Amino acid sequence: MKEKTFIKTRNVILTGVGGQGNVMASRTLAHMLVDAGYVVTIGETFGMSQRGGSVMSHLRISHDSVKSPQIPRGGADVIVGLEPLEALRVLTVYGNPQVCVLYNSRPVYPIGVITGELSYPSGETIRDAFERLSAACWEIDATSVGLRLGNPVLSNIVMIGALSKTGLLPFDRRRFEKEIKKTLSAGKYKVNLKAFDAGADMIK
Amino acid sequence: MSKLLSPDRSTVLFLGNEAIARGALEAGIEVATGYPGTPSSEVIESLAGVARERNLYVEWSVIEKVALEVAAAASFAGLRSMAVMKQNGVNVASDFLLHLTASGTRGGVVLVSCEDPGALSSVNEGESRYFASMMEMPLLEPTDFQDAKDITKWAFELSEAIGNVVMLRSVTRMSHASGNVTCGKLPTKRRNAAFEYDGPVMDSQTGPMISTPVMAKHLLRQQKLKDVQRMFDNSPFNRYTGPAKPDLLIITSSACFLYSCEAVEMLGLQKRVGILKLATTWPLPPNLLEKYLRKAKTILIVEEVMAFLEENVKVLASGIAGRVGVKTFFGKYNGALPFAGELNPDIVADALGKILKVKRKSLPADYQTDVQKTAALIPVREQTFCAGCPHRASFWNIHNAIALDGRKGFVCGDIGCYSMAALSPATGYHTMPTLHSMGSGTGLASGFAQLSRFGLDKPILAVCGDSTFYHAVIPALINAQHNRADITFIVLDNAGTAMTGFQPHPGLAVSALKDVVPAVDIAAICKAIGAKVAVSDPFDLASTSRILTSFLADKGSLKVLILRQACALSPEKKGKKAFDVKVDESLCIGEACGCNRLCTRIFRCPALTWDRDTKKAVVDEVICAGCGVCASICPQQAIVKTEVSAPG
Ligand code: SF4
Ligand code: SF4
Repeated sequence: MKEKTFIKTRNVILTGVGGQGNVMASRTLAHMLVDAGYVVTIGETFGMSQRGGSVMSHLRISHDSVKSPQIPRGGADVIVGLEPLEALRVLTVYGNPQVCVLYNSRPVYPIGVITGELSYPSGETIRDAFERLSAACWEIDATSVGLRLGNPVLSNIVMIGALSKTGLLPFDRRRFEKEIKKTLSAGKYKVNLKAFDAGADMIK
Repeated sequence: MSKLLSPDRSTVLFLGNEAIARGALEAGIEVATGYPGTPSSEVIESLAGVARERNLYVEWSVIEKVALEVAAAASFAGLRSMAVMKQNGVNVASDFLLHLTASGTRGGVVLVSCEDPGALSSVNEGESRYFASMMEMPLLEPTDFQDAKDITKWAFELSEAIGNVVMLRSVTRMSHASGNVTCGKLPTKRRNAAFEYDGPVMDSQTGPMISTPVMAKHLLRQQKLKDVQRMFDNSPFNRYTGPAKPDLLIITSSACFLYSCEAVEMLGLQKRVGILKLATTWPLPPNLLEKYLRKAKTILIVEEVMAFLEENVKVLASGIAGRVGVKTFFGKYNGALPFAGELNPDIVADALGKILKVKRKSLPADYQTDVQKTAALIPVREQTFCAGCPHRASFWNIHNAIALDGRKGFVCGDIGCYSMAALSPATGYHTMPTLHSMGSGTGLASGFAQLSRFGLDKPILAVCGDSTFYHAVIPALINAQHNRADITFIVLDNAGTAMTGFQPHPGLAVSALKDVVPAVDIAAICKAIGAKVAVSDPFDLASTSRILTSFLADKGSLKVLILRQACALSPEKKGKKAFDVKVDESLCIGEACGCNRLCTRIFRCPALTWDRDTKKAVVDEVICAGCGVCASICPQQAIVKTEVSAPG
C-alpha cells in the first residue's frame, strides 16, 4: 500500500524538448504512483506545442484528491529536466528555495541559438544557478547512457531510474518493473530496465 | 487488455479524453465518429482501439459535418452515438447541427467539443458554448476526470430523455490532463438498428426525421429545454462547497473549477469563499442558482475565453433581483479576469486576492531577484519543424522557386504542422502571409488570382496537407478551375494526419478500425478537376525546384504539385535513419563560406548546429533524423551523407 513519505500534495514538473519522451516518462511515473494508492493529476501540453518547443508535464501527487492540472508559480517540489535549459526555465517560474532538481546535462539548442541570434548559457552557469536556487540538485549525463544502450530517447528512463534513487518520490525498482511489464514488449522491457538501473547507479 | 476496458470499480489513471471514451462505453455507445483535432483526437483513437472487442463502429470522418451526420444516422436508427471534434470543428458541423436540433434525435447522441483556450495547439481561440444556446441544446462541462466519465455516460440518457442532441464541452487542460477515475459497469446488451419513418410527422419515434413543420418543431425543442432546466436543478453534478454565508461566491465550470479550488486554498480563504461548481451550463439551472445567489452579495465568475457563463448568470440574476437582491459581479466584463487566453490557479488567485484584499505568501526577495536575473539568461525556444521534416524541404523549394521567378509571388497557408511556415522562426524563409481555417488557403488563392485585372499581378501559390485536402480543399479547387484561377497549388502529402498523431485519412488504404479500404487518390481527383498535375519528392531538391519553376512560368491555368514524403515522426520512419550525415570539418569553411551560413542561419534544422569554438557546422547525432537534405544545400559539399544499409 502507500508509503507516507510526504504529508501535503507533492508537485513534480517534468520538462524537456518535444521528442525527448517527456509524456511517456510522466505517464509511467504517474501510473506507478496510482498503483501505489495515490491520487495523481497530470497536466500536459502536447500536440502542435511539442514540435521542437518546450514541453512540460505537471504531476500532482496527493493522498486524497484531484488537483488543478497546472501547478501555481513557485509551487514545484521536484523538477526533473530532460534538458538543462528547460529545467532552468521551469525553475525560474515554479521554483522556490525548497525545490529539488534532477537534470540531464545534454543540451538541445533552440533555433535562435543555432542561427546565432541567441546564446545558450554555459554548463557552468546553469550548474551555478541550480545550486543557488534549489535545496538539492543532481546533474547526470542521461543522453550518453541512452546512446550507449542504443537509443538516446532512453534517457527519459535513465532519469526515472535516477529519480528513484534520490528518494524524492515514493517508488522503487520493483514498482517500475511491474509497470513496464504491463506496457512494454519483452525486448523493450529489458533495455528499459537496464536504463533504469544505469540511472539509479548515477546517483550517489 | 486495453486500459479503457478496466473492470468495474477499478481505479485507473485516465486522460480526460479516455474518461470521456470510457463514459461512452459505459453508456453502451454503438457508433463514434470524429475528425482529428487537438485536443480532441484521443477520444476516437481510444474507442477505435477497443472497437472490435466492444463491437462498435468507429470512423475518422472526412470532415466534422459528415462526422455528425454519420453519428445522427445511428441515432435515428435507435443506437447511441457520439461525434467528436475540436472547437472550430463545431463551426464546420453547425449547419447540419442547426437542422438536427430541429428534427430531434432518437438514440442518445452526444456532440463532444474539445476546446483549446489559449490556442496551445490551434490558430484560433474559438468557443462553441454559444452554439448550445443558439441551437437550444443542453450543454455539459465536466470539472474533473471522474466527472468527465460520469457526465458523458449521463449525457446519453439525457439526450434520449429529451429526444435531442446533447453537447459536452471539454478543454485542453481536461482532455489532455489525467487523473484517477473509478470505473463503472460496461453493459453487455446490444441494441439493434431500426429506422422507422412512416408515422405522423410530429411523432418523434415513428415519423420522418425532418426539421419541418418549423414552428411546431421549434416550440417542441423549447418545451424540452424547460424539462432540462428541472433536471439540471437536481443534477448531482452541480455542487456547492464552502461556508453557509460566504463573503464571495465563485460560480465556475470545467477545469476552471480546479483552478478556483486551488486559488481559494492558496489564499487560505476556505472560510470566506464558496464555490458553486456547475457542470450543466446551458440552460442554467434556475432554482439552484437562485438558492446560491441568495447566499452572497459578491459573485466572481470563473471561465475561459468568452463570458458565456457570466452573461447567462447575469441575465438570470437580473430577472430574480427582487428575490435575491442586487449583486456585484466580478468576471470578464469588469476586467477581473481576461477575455483571452487560458486561466490557471495563479490568475484566479490574483483576481480573488484583489477583490478580497488578501495577499499571497511570496518567495524571499533575494530569491526572486536571483530568479529574475537567471531568467534573463534563458533563450526562448521557438516551435519549429522536426529534424527531417519534409515541410522544411518543401518550403525551401517553394521559397527558392519564388525568388528565382522574381515577381514576388506568395503562398496562402493552411492548417497543419506546415502552418509553422507562417512564423518566421520555424524556417529562415518566411513565405506564408495568410493562414486561416482548413481549406481556406486554396479559396483565398482562388480569389487573389482574380485580382490581376485590378493590378495584383504576382504568382499565387497555396499549400495544404493531405488530410486537409479531403477535408475542405476540394470545393475551393473546383472553384479555382471553374473560374479559371491561375494558381500553383501544392499538396504537402506526408502520408497521414501528422500534427494530431497519424490518424488515417481517405488517401490511405486503411480505416480507423485498421480495415483495408480503397484509397482515394489526390492526383486522380486533381486530374479529374482538370488541373495540370505533377508529383515529386521534396527531398529531391533539384527535380522539385525544376517543376515549381516551370509551374510558376506557366500562366493561365491551375497547376497542382503533390510533394510526397512521409512525416519524420511517422511510425514507419521514426527512429530509422536513411542516411548517416556528418560535417566534414576539413571541407566546412565556416564563416568564410560566403553562403551566410545557409545551413544553420537559413535552413534551420534543429539537428544541424553551429559550433561556436571551431566556427563550423556540426550534426547532432542525437537529434538528426538522417533525411540527408542538408547535404544538398551546402555549396561546399561539406555535409556528407552515407546511406544506412538496411539491417540484416
Ligand atoms: S510532426 Fe511531421 S509534419 Fe509535423 S513538423 Fe514534425 S516531421 Fe513535420
Ligand atoms: S540529415 Fe541534415 S537536415 Fe536531415 S535531420 Fe539530419 S541534420 Fe537535419
